[in-house]
Amino acid sequence: MSDTRPLLETRALSVGRGGVGLLEGVDLRIMPGSALVLRGPNGSGKTSLLRTLAGLQPPRDGTLEAEPDDIVLAGHLDGVKPTLSVAENLRFWAEIFGTSGIEQALRTFDLDRLRDRMAASLSAGQKRRLGLARLIVAGRKLWLLDEPTVSLDQEATGLFASAVRAHLDQGGAAIIATHIDLGLAPIEHMDVSRYRAAPPAPDDFDEAFA
Amino acid sequence: MRALLLRDLRLAMRAGGGFGLAMAFFLIVVVLVPFAVGPRADLHSAIAPGVLWLGALLACLLSLDRMFALDWEDGTLDLLATAPLPLEMVIIAKALAHWLTTGLPLVLLAPMLGILLNLAPEAYGALTLSLAVGTPALSVIGAFGAALTVGVKRGGLLLSLLVLPLYVPSLIFGADMVRRASEGGAVTTPLLLLAGITCGAIALLPFASAAVLRVNLR
Repeated sequence: MSDTRPLLETRALSVGRGGVGLLEGVDLRIMPGSALVLRGPNGSGKTSLLRTLAGLQPPRDGTLEAEPDDIVLAGHLDGVKPTLSVAENLRFWAEIFGTSGIEQALRTFDLDRLRDRMAASLSAGQKRRLGLARLIVAGRKLWLLDEPTVSLDQEATGLFASAVRAHLDQGGAAIIATHIDLGLAPIEHMDVSRYRAAPPAPDDFDEAFA
Repeated sequence: MRALLLRDLRLAMRAGGGFGLAMAFFLIVVVLVPFAVGPRADLHSAIAPGVLWLGALLACLLSLDRMFALDWEDGTLDLLATAPLPLEMVIIAKALAHWLTTGLPLVLLAPMLGILLNLAPEAYGALTLSLAVGTPALSVIGAFGAALTVGVKRGGLLLSLLVLPLYVPSLIFGADMVRRASEGGAVTTPLLLLAGITCGAIALLPFASAAVLRVNLR
């Protein structure tokens, strides 16, 4: 595989939620080593766009070209089981993704000391770090991150930023919906609100009663 | 798939996992029935096959809503759907874990509870066999119901209404097999029908469950 092939490419992609169009005409091209930050007000469709890119919901229109095996998603929820320990949680995802070794992930997010702690007794920020450590365990090229820094303190945000940087240096890529400046040097920003879908035409109103 | 199965088993064994709930419920039903119908040993023998099967079936139903709801709530299901494991395999692993923590203990417990209901001695083999053959269908059908209702808050009632009609054939043939055995008759016909239901459910329903789960995750 050559490095010049984009990891993900969309053309005129339309995204909706609950049958309502949110974004249309989204053209994205994510090359290895690049990061894209999605911005936009609440409810503008950042999460729906990420879920569509991850393949959880079908696009309303347009084309989406990506290798599903390249993608890992980290959403609002961390998928952490409270009655499993930190190491057990990570080991489970390592086995699911067919990778080995959780040590690097534990070190990257400074979870070494917590490895035998039950996830139920973690603080919100520690839980988030565990959720993000799953990204490293998954070993996928393209990270789709939805508000990854929620409930992280400044130090943990720094850990996260350097993890993303290391990932990009290894030829990975990331699409991040966030409002925080992560201090990533070569980065593109995209305000999703410029792709906002046109509101449904007024005559749709009558069709609802037809 | 092995990882998911082991994780589900481990979660079931840990605090709050619900392991033992089904067995406790089964035990309570079977212990209380003789008190409710009065001290008539002949009547107990007559109703034992039906009560044992009904108790096992309701006990199975009790833990169904946890099958996907917990993974849905904490976001694990979204992550599993984007993981390399096909969703059909996720369903099979979860149904198998449910059977191992619910169905199998019921199979092993049933002969002991048969004594409490004065079950005819000839029927113990048939009881164990019918439950062993029939309960996998209950888990797989239940997984389908749980996948359908996964996004619904407090979906337990809807789940029961959807799943119970699908349980009826297993109940009829399972209880009939035990009844025939207790009367000394041949059990081949109900056993084959029961096995047929189970095989059909295992072959078809994981695909249907994965399809409805994909729709529910949108």
